[in-house]
Amino acid sequence: MHPAPSVIIFTTLSGLGFGLLFFLGLGQPAVTGTVAFVFYAIAFGLACGGLLASTFHLGHPERAWRAFTQWKTSWLSREGVCAVGALTVMGLYALGAIFMDSHWTLLGWIGAALSLATVFTTSMIYTQLKTIPRWNMELTPAVFLSFSLAGGALLAGAETAAPWLLAIAGAVQLAYWAKGDKALETSGTDIGTATGLGDRGAVRAFEPPHTGSNYLLREFVHVVGRKHAQKLRMIAFVLGFALPLLLILTPVEGVVIKHVFAALAVLSHLAGVATSRWLFFAQAEHVVGLYYGKR
Amino acid sequence: MTQLPNSTDRKMGLVIDLDTCVGCHACVISCKGWNTENYGAPLSDQDPYGSDPSGTFLNRVHSYEVQPTPCSSQPAPAAQLVHFPKSCLHCEDAPCVTVCPTGASYKRVEDGIVLVNEDHCIGCGLCAWSCPYGARELDLAEGVMKKCTLCVDRIYNENLPEVDRVPSCVRTCPAGARHFGDLGDPDSDVSKLVAERGGMDLMPEMGTKPVNKYLPPRPKDTIEEEIDILAPLLAPVAEEPQGFMGWLDKALDKLPGGAH
Repeated sequence: MHPAPSVIIFTTLSGLGFGLLFFLGLGQPAVTGTVAFVFYAIAFGLACGGLLASTFHLGHPERAWRAFTQWKTSWLSREGVCAVGALTVMGLYALGAIFMDSHWTLLGWIGAALSLATVFTTSMIYTQLKTIPRWNMELTPAVFLSFSLAGGALLAGAETAAPWLLAIAGAVQLAYWAKGDKALETSGTDIGTATGLGDRGAVRAFEPPHTGSNYLLREFVHVVGRKHAQKLRMIAFVLGFALPLLLILTPVEGVVIKHVFAALAVLSHLAGVATSRWLFFAQAEHVVGLYYGKR
Repeated sequence: MTQLPNSTDRKMGLVIDLDTCVGCHACVISCKGWNTENYGAPLSDQDPYGSDPSGTFLNRVHSYEVQPTPCSSQPAPAAQLVHFPKSCLHCEDAPCVTVCPTGASYKRVEDGIVLVNEDHCIGCGLCAWSCPYGARELDLAEGVMKKCTLCVDRIYNENLPEVDRVPSCVRTCPAGARHFGDLGDPDSDVSKLVAERGGMDLMPEMGTKPVNKYLPPRPKDTIEEEIDILAPLLAPVAEEPQGFMGWLDKALDKLPGGAH
């Protein structure tokens, strides 16, 4: 799949933003006033910035409101509904925390649930696609949810939860890569089933339909970036999980140095998750590539 | 609504004969021509006369080589070239319809044709992601999704002579490799053709239940042994020259240094 920057920025930032909103909704940290304003500004900035970025790849962004109508069948529509719901509920909750010095617990829980639901619906947009075996696995929602929770815990400064959630996210990432590498082979789809000619002999793409490129090849067959996949996996794993874990577990004295370490952990995690998300797209093989003898 | 209908009154679709297709791409061109001038946004080209031309097509013809595995009866089987036109299969369980967030993609109850309402399409591309067959292409000029309409503006068009009320690709095919009809009616010509020739689905494991069927190439004639039918005509008629040529041959041989 073509790793479109808009979609990578969207899933990375909004995943982190909704993860932070989840923890804020649960009252962790139970901040009020100016401190609360800073926390909510970061959370809303990430979540909304991501959502805005996602509209950049649309052919007609001005019609985006129509995407709220088909929640009965479409995960993309459900994501839109959940995102607006989560941002509205958490916006009200934030008003209470910032201006009224109060935490409306029930509202916070609903907001936290909706935030997590938004991340889950995002992951299901990819998971539902049988055409991309590497995404069509139970581990895909696990990747999105565990990354979002780990990032949210880091940003929220949840000192007890963050190391565990980072470790879990790292393990899920490794499992996803291991299983994903075999996904296309085990899916049973190959050029033989694609053409229906497989039982007659070995099928080889002899001539493509056109000499140039087209939308299908640009969108679905991205081979160039896979060259450095193994190195990028190492970078994603170290930056995303190992280094942040080391940074937050290192015992340090003083508030300032502690905040510097926490900030470094967040930045490292962000860079790691963005790299992992780039690989998520660049390494995904769409079965339509088989018609072109590519993958 | 992007919910699929439980059933459709008819299942209009194409039957493509892989045995007959000669790979001339006439269907590709006639499709592009008709659908650029008629239903919905035109099918645009990008850099059409430049160094990197590309464009939106609703029908494309691939060519595949099939190399049979050697067996005792065929120790060195000949490879077969199969031309393979591919367009929307108007699936019964069309994943492109249910993933659409806006309701722009829909499957018609009356004939099962899958269409895009281009005024509602936001161009997110998710329907193209969900299609295993590469049947949908986002038009870069219009920013909306384009796909085969089964020439919905021809097949019911009473302004056209009756013979033209079939999809443009079917009308154009010079080899008669494309057939159009109701695949939901077991007595229709196309259904009989599919039954007789063992029509098949593409990627049945995807669970899309395509309406369009492909007729597999017939087995190749077996070649018993190499017979060169021209050999008797090309063989020399007389090994030894006769008459004047014979005398000349002998005379020249007798000259010093002439005979070998």
